[in-house]
This record gives sequence, structure tokens and C-alpha cells, in this order.
Amino acid sequence: MRRIISILLENEPGALSRVIGLFSQRGYNIETLNVAPTEDLTLSRLTLTTTGDDKTMEQITKQLNKLVDVVKLVDLSEGAHIERDLMLIKVRASGTMRDEIKRTTDIFRGQIVDVGPNTYTIQLTGTGEKLDSFVAAMAEADILEVVRSGVAGISRGEKVLRL
Amino acid sequence: MELLSGGEMIAKALEDEGVEYIFGYPGGAVLHIYDALFKTCKVPHVLVRHEQAATHAADGYARATGKPGVVLVTSGPGATNAITGIATAYMDSIPMVVLSGQVATHLIGEDAFQETDMVGISRPIVKHSFMVRHAEDIPATIKKAFHIATTGRPGPVVIDIPKDCTRPDAKFEYHYPDNVKLRSYAPAQRGHTGQIRKAAKLLLSAKRPVIYAGGGVILGESSELLTTLARTLNYPVTNTLMGLGAYPATDRQFLGMLGMHGFYEANMAMHHSDVILAVGARFDDRVTNTVSRFCPGAKIIHIDIDPTSISKTVAADIPIVGPVQSVLEDLLDIIGSLQDKDAQQPDTGALGRWWQQIEEWRAKHGLWTGRRYGESDRIMPQQVIESLYRVTGGDAYVTSDVGQHQMFAAQYYKFDKPRRWINSGGLGTMGFGLPAAMGVKLAFPDMDVACVTGEGSIQMNIQELSTCKQYSTPIKIINLRNNYLGMVKQWQDMQYEGRYAMSTYEDSLPDFIKLVESYGHVGIQVTRLEELDQRMEEAFAMKDRLVFLDIFIDPMEHVYPMHVAPNGAMKDMWLSKNERT
Ligand SMILES: Cc1cc2nc3c(=O)[nH]c(=O)nc-3n(C[C@H](O)[C@H](O)[C@H](O)COP(=O)(O)OP(=O)(O)OC[C@H]3O[C@@H](n4cnc5c(N)ncnc54)[C@H](O)[C@@H]3O)c2cc1C
Ligand SMILES: Cc1ncc(C[n+]2csc(CCOP(=O)(O)OP(=O)(O)O)c2C)c(N)n1
Ligand SMILES: [Mg+2]
Repeated sequence: MRRIISILLENEPGALSRVIGLFSQRGYNIETLNVAPTEDLTLSRLTLTTTGDDKTMEQITKQLNKLVDVVKLVDLSEGAHIERDLMLIKVRASGTMRDEIKRTTDIFRGQIVDVGPNTYTIQLTGTGEKLDSFVAAMAEADILEVVRSGVAGISRGEKVLRL
Repeated sequence: MELLSGGEMIAKALEDEGVEYIFGYPGGAVLHIYDALFKTCKVPHVLVRHEQAATHAADGYARATGKPGVVLVTSGPGATNAITGIATAYMDSIPMVVLSGQVATHLIGEDAFQETDMVGISRPIVKHSFMVRHAEDIPATIKKAFHIATTGRPGPVVIDIPKDCTRPDAKFEYHYPDNVKLRSYAPAQRGHTGQIRKAAKLLLSAKRPVIYAGGGVILGESSELLTTLARTLNYPVTNTLMGLGAYPATDRQFLGMLGMHGFYEANMAMHHSDVILAVGARFDDRVTNTVSRFCPGAKIIHIDIDPTSISKTVAADIPIVGPVQSVLEDLLDIIGSLQDKDAQQPDTGALGRWWQQIEEWRAKHGLWTGRRYGESDRIMPQQVIESLYRVTGGDAYVTSDVGQHQMFAAQYYKFDKPRRWINSGGLGTMGFGLPAAMGVKLAFPDMDVACVTGEGSIQMNIQELSTCKQYSTPIKIINLRNNYLGMVKQWQDMQYEGRYAMSTYEDSLPDFIKLVESYGHVGIQVTRLEELDQRMEEAFAMKDRLVFLDIFIDPMEHVYPMHVAPNGAMKDMWLSKNERT
């Protein structure tokens, strides 16, 4: 089963490598990974998605919690949550495809953030699934480059991950 | 407040931490530190002959005393040489602080002379690590390192120190903190009362109970509590290789070690039990045999301070996260009140039948009653350990290397006290025994310290005979000489039709007697059974000499019992070369 794990991590050199190292060392897989500083300069917020059966997931969360640099951890997929992935996608846009791409982008509520004589760069946010279907919808177009941020997530309602 | 350089702060902090010995080896990146130690430090430094030995000596010291071992090595090769010893300590949860030198900050990342990414290389085998960035952080970092190494589930902590942070000309105000605050590190202090109550009820309702106790009981200083609990309930106890000594081996309720080379009665009792109380043990694969066939009828209560140990391989029915000491105290209290108030008692009828069954197993194949060796006129390895046991009155510190000799020592030396049996269980590091014995002897100079080894293992750190000379550590080395990498040979006999691929040395072994004599020690060769006890006594009578007993044993002997694998259960064992359950 797919899980979204969100972590408050000490903003220390080497902290990230401990998290990543844990996954490779113990044979767990990471599908997406997103890390950035938070409003508290001493902490980074890390969101990762992974898959595994319940037993593996239990070990993953326990092992992560055991890392001294992991301050707090939550499995967002256990409750109601919002997840967002950001995609920048550059496509060949010439001839009739130019309009076609524009239409599809509008349907997905994406934005064209850079326009070249023969290319469009489109920005799209949403769940991983939505981004996947956009890429599928672009099958006819000539996709030049795809960049995704990986999932960032947050719980709905009153629930917060903080110190 | 004193003004000290980085190097001096290290020396002072180690003093303030109450460190008794530093095990180490100098080199360029740590020269400022060594100069500071030389000039000011009251903590004695033990100069080993190889950095691996520094870590094992510190480790042996830690296992025997319960205090953290301290290691100091230089950057690059000094640091990488220490890796095996750090991994050894990590696998067995031994508290250790390793200070490694690093190239100066401005050189890091440039492939500078003797640069290696120690924090990176050691990352998977440490409990935590630090890289010092500013000299003024040194005291607090050292305090944190000792705190993390010794609390919760203990383990090794590395502090990597760039050379510029120890410069003698840059001085700082020194203050060693009394305590540490780490917002992201809080090992469990107590078990969950509700869970402990459930455990108490399940225990009292058991008809075929077993207490399976491991290294965590020793690490958590709870042997007495465990013994009280077992005696209160009259339940049988088995120990893991790491747990030997946690329960007195000469006690009637002790079933011996369990697992791959565990006692018949211990493995049979585990397999047929209905309730297992696992305390500070981690269901290692050397214990469980095939996990899906592990103890099919048993409900499992698991007490461990580290949540990752619980339900990692075998699922626990009642998990209890907490230090063994407080959990056992609470458990005893609750059992006491259940017995008083609710008149809940163990089912004595069922328990009587269970003990009767256990006694039958014991009588049939028990190691200490129905011994099967003795068909050969050679010295048998088991007899050597029995002789060692007799001569030392069962009260020695025994370190070991890895192989058949290790298993014989574990099976035949009856450890009645914790911290007396010192071996590498999790990593299985050949070369551990001699330096570990050095560390133990330095901690307890008046005690008998024996290192049970094989001619293969001893050669992995034999250079430490020189260190033993320098620091006068008169340990006794018991070399179970079978002229084979015996444990490898045993597997080749059993699974590869006796094809001894690289498990013999042909004619290349040194004359160990001359070798130890050249280091200034005493060597004694033993080839006949009749002289075994006498030579053993002579060796231990030489209180101030290191004695190497080179004892020629039957090279064909195997370690039994041995779990049948693959697909075997706890109860499936080879009992001799042609007899299995
Ligand atoms: C050649 C060879 C053969 C071997 N054969 C066997 C064999 O037949 N049988 C056998 O048992 N082993 C055998 N081993 C050893 C085996 O590999 C493991 O090292 C051993 O079984 C682990 O012991 P343990 O379960 O007691 O755990 P340890 O490694 O001692 O771990 C201790 C556990 O206790 C916990 N703990 C620590 N402190 C506390 C505390 N204060 N409170 C609560 N919990 C705490 C830790 O979190 C950990 O889970 C063999 C090794 C070798 C090299
Ligand atoms: C450093 C290391 N290398 C290899 C092994 C694999 N190994 C386990 S036991 C053993 C043989 C040990 O031989 P010896 O020390 O003579 O002991 P014996 O089994 O003969 O008693 C080997 C090679 C190991 N445990 N450690
Ligand atoms: Mg041998």
C-alpha cells in the first residue's frame, strides 16, 4: 500500500543522508521525496511516499523515529490529508498542437508559464494521479522534459505536525 | 572559567566524563589532541597495535563494566580500521564513543591527504554521529555523544573532529555541561501499565511457559529482577548467546542457550510452549530458525526498549516498549497483586507436567547430562572448556573469538553472573577475543580473564600480544587448536560433502609457542588429555604472565545440537553426526 510519511527533521548537515541511507540500507523503497526548510530555521520538513505491507510500514516508521535527527513523524495516509505534487513540463508546441495543448492545459487547470516560438512550459499542481493523467493526456504531443517536485502533504483540519 | 584549546577541551571533557581508559592510535589529524593528552590529561591512554583492536578493547571494557568504551583514532586509515569494531559494537548494542580525527575544515572534500568521509562510512553502523564544526562546540558534543551512547538501547557514537578545531593556539571558555537536552531523542522510561497488566494475566494463565531472555537484560542491569521473576513463577528460563549470565546457568530452572546451537531442552521447550516471555531479546535468525514455523502454539509477550526490535521478525501478541528494569519491576508488582487480590496463581498441575516433560528432554539429550563425546582419544574441545570452568571456579571473565570454540565456550562454561561472557554475537567478528580480553583485564586487573579462541581467529589481531606486554595485561589465551577454520569446515562437512574449500592452512601455521615467547609471554602446548587440567592450573597460577595455551583438540568434532535448515523449526536439530530429532 502507498503511504505518505511526513517528517520534521533537524536542519543539520547529514540529517537527510541518514533518512535516505536508512531506506537503501534496509531495502525499503522511496517513490518520491520532497525536502525544504520550514518557518522554524532549525527544522526541515520532509515528505516521502513509499509502498509496503503493514509490517514493512511499521518497521519503516519505527526505524525513522529511531533516527536522532528525526524530531517528529506522521503517516499522513492514516487520516484525511491534502497532497500536492508540482510539475513543470516542457512540450513541443507548433502547428495545430499549439491550440490542442493549450486546451488540455486549461481542462487540467494548468498554466503555461513560459512560451517559446516552438515550445510551451506548463505548470501543473495536484495529486500525483492528476499529474500522471495529464502526462497521459499529452501522449500525442512531443514531451521534451518533465520535472516533478514529489509529493508535499499536510493533514486536514486541526491536526498539525509541529513541535 | 578556563581557556582551553580544542584539543585540551577533549582531554578535559573525557576526564569530566569519568573516562577510565582511552584506547587509541595516533596520526597526523589527531596530533593536537595527543599533545593535549600528553600535557594535561589524567585519563590513561592504551596504545594498541591496530585501530580495530582499539575498538574491540574499548568494547570488551564496556561489556565487562557497563560503562562506555572510548576510542581515539586518526583520520583516513585510522578511521577505516576502526569500522569493524564499531560495527561489532553496534550489532550487540554496546555503548562506545569513537573520536576520529578529520582533515582540516578547509580541506574537506578535496581528497586531502588521509581524508575519508568517516561520518558517511560509519553512518549505517552507529547509533548517531557528529561532525564538529566549531571548536567551542566540543564539550557539548562530547556530552551528547556519551548521553546517546549510554541511554536507551546503547550503541556506538562517532565524533569526527577536523584538525583545525583542535589547534593549540585557539582558546575557548571551557564548560562541561551537566546534562543534555535533545528534543528528538527520548528513550522510553516506563512500559505501558495496561500492557504490563495484560502480560501478567497471560503469564499467570500459561500452562507451558518459557522465559526467553537476551542481551537486553544484561545491558539493562536486570539479572536479579529476572531471576526473582522466574523463581516467583517457577518458570523455565533460556538465554540467547548474548544473554548468557543474565540468569544463573547452574540454576535448576535454566534450560541453557537456545537457537541454532542451543540446548535440546531449550529449543524443545520453546517450540512446545504456549506462552513466551521475551525480555531484551530480538528474535535473531540464529535463534528462530524458519520464522513461519517458529513456536506455532505460543503467545508472545515482548519487552524491549527499542520499538524496532518488536515484531520485526516474529510478531508480538503483547508488545511492551520500555527499559527491562522498570518493566520487570512493574510486572512483578502486578503479578504480586493479582496473586494476592484475585488469587490468580500459576496452574501448578499444568506446570508440574511441563517441568516433567522438560526433565525428560533434559535427561534424553541434555548437554550436561548425556554427553556424547569421548569416543576419541584426542582432547575434545568441550573438555577444555570444562577444565577452564573447573580451574577458574566458574568465576572468570571469558572472551571469545568466532567459530566452533565460541559455541563450545557458550555451551560448556556455566555463566552464573552477567557481563562475564564477552563475545561478538551479532556481527560474529573473528579477531574480537584478544583485544576484548585486554580491555576486560584493564578494567578488572585482579580477576581471571580468559580468551577462548581458535588458531584462525587469533591471527586476526595477534599483534595485540605486544600491547599486552606494554600494559601488563596477563590474560590467558586458550587456543582450541583444530588446525581448521573449524566452523567453516563443519558446514562443509554437513552441506558440501566434506569439500574443504579454503578452510585449512596446509603447513603455514606459526609455532605459537615461539611466537608468544618472542613477545615476552609464556606459551604452553597441550596435546594429551591427562595433562589438560594440570596445564590449565599452571597457566592460571602465573598471575602476572600472559599465558598462551595451545591445546590440540580433535579436529573432526562438530558443534551440536545444530538447527536443521532450511525450513526447520526450533525443534528440528541435528544432535550428532547421524542423529536428528
Ligand atoms: C557462530 C555464531 C553462532 C551463533 N549461534 C547462536 C545461537 O545458537 N543462539 C543464539 O541465541 N545466538 C547465536 N548467535 C548470536 C546471534 O547472532 C545474535 O547475536 C543473538 O542471538 C542476539 O541476542 P539477543 O536476542 O539477546 O539480542 P542482543 O543483540 O543482545 O540485543 C539486545 C536487545 O535488547 C534490547 N535492549 C537493550 N537494552 C535494553 C534495556 N535496558 N531494556 C530493554 N531492552 C533492552 C535491545 O533493543 C535489543 O533488542 C550466534 C552467533 C555466531 C557468531
Ligand atoms: C572477520 C571474519 N571473517 C570470516 C568469518 C567467517 N568465519 C566464521 S567462523 C570461521 C572459522 C574460525 O576458525 P577458528 O578461529 O580456527 O575457530 P574454530 O571454528 O576452528 O574453532 C570463519 C572463517 C568471520 N566470522 N569473521
Ligand atoms: Mg580452528
